[in-house]
Amino acid sequence: MSEAPQSPWQTAKITRIEKRTPRVTSFFFALSRPFAYRAGQHVDVRLTAPDGYQARRSYSIASAPESGATIELAIEKLDDGEVSPFFHEVAAVGDEIELRGPLGGHFVWSDSDGGPLLLVGGGSGVVPLMAMVRHRTFRKSAVPVALMFSVRVWDEVIFRDELIGLDDRRDGFDLVLTLTREATRRPSDYSRRIDTAMVMQALARLPQPPTLAYVCGSNAFVSAAAQALIDAGISAEIIRTERYGV
Amino acid sequence: MATRGFFSSRKPPTETDARIPPGQYLEQGFPVLSAGPTPRVRTKDWSFTLKHGPRPIKKWNWAEFNALPLTKMTRDIHCVTAWTKFDTAWQGVLVDDILADAGIEAPTGFLLAHGYDGYTTNVPAKDLTTGKAMVALLHDGKPITPDHGGPARLLVPHLYFWKSAKWLNGLQFTERDEPGFWELRGYHIYGDPWREQRYTSDP
Repeated sequence: MSEAPQSPWQTAKITRIEKRTPRVTSFFFALSRPFAYRAGQHVDVRLTAPDGYQARRSYSIASAPESGATIELAIEKLDDGEVSPFFHEVAAVGDEIELRGPLGGHFVWSDSDGGPLLLVGGGSGVVPLMAMVRHRTFRKSAVPVALMFSVRVWDEVIFRDELIGLDDRRDGFDLVLTLTREATRRPSDYSRRIDTAMVMQALARLPQPPTLAYVCGSNAFVSAAAQALIDAGISAEIIRTERYGV
Repeated sequence: MATRGFFSSRKPPTETDARIPPGQYLEQGFPVLSAGPTPRVRTKDWSFTLKHGPRPIKKWNWAEFNALPLTKMTRDIHCVTAWTKFDTAWQGVLVDDILADAGIEAPTGFLLAHGYDGYTTNVPAKDLTTGKAMVALLHDGKPITPDHGGPARLLVPHLYFWKSAKWLNGLQFTERDEPGFWELRGYHIYGDPWREQRYTSDP
């Protein structure tokens, strides 16, 4: 009845750590039990203290399913967090971390699902969308994709060089950056919160209306952005959301 | 396996330990999670339908539903994304009182809860009756906000909170246990937090 694969806990070794922005760092994990996954899925990560206390959090996979037995998690540091400060301050290459996955069967996309796609990310909400964009690139898919990515400032644009590089290919992927607390750097971008007018202009960059829309970020971001999509004429039925909850 | 360099920073005091299911942490806020946009349902447009299979048994509008006996319930809730929140206060109509008003006893052992957004989730009848669950209309004494599932949401506090369907517009008895939205997408068919039944493959 289920699409869910078995997903037991396994250990994964950190093979590379790469700072993406002042607050977001990517950790690359070599899986001891490699699994197939779909773009947009997440893993649960579990840390265990010497007294047996465990803390668990879910993180979206940023890498494309085609990238093999190493997955990338881009983790934002939350100051009052319990797990993300461990990664930012303690975790080192060579550490073994427990994780299970892949998890989640709704906020996922494969090129066989078709499009066009409208992707809307706020801050680190771009991470599962990045997996979709990378999957499209790996597959040399012709599905038109517009990614609206809202961050506060230019230096917080996660995956910035990679996204702009993909945008420059002009192969059907369109990047719409919007900076909410800084002037824009590219003429095609914006410097305000995502609103209906901006969504309509992003839609105009797609050859046809989207058949699927994915919105990910904080709850406040997703609520506002999903409403902007609906007000721009996108049917609620094709909008999939993922919220951090807070 | 102990994680190198990880020490618990947020370990709850011992007296609350017993209230936190395995793998959960204590959350003070009330996070919002859902699979799609938040529907805005006006109470004047709201209705609730009790069905057996495809057949409607009884339908209530907002005023009729609010005239049913109201019960208070204060419970700890547990989200599969690992947060637990203590002492959430709700007021609403027990599923027992809905069945009584419809003049029936559970005709089958299983139900599907339906939301205005098309969401569904399955819960055995025994987990919804005998005072275990309600259709909540108030949270902290106030109408439930749209983000949290208002005007009315299911409250099944002893199961993971995805079972407590938001924007509820009906309960449907089914002949067998039919997986709902998340149950078809990798989440456990039953979802007992104390047995950590998060995902399909969990025992």
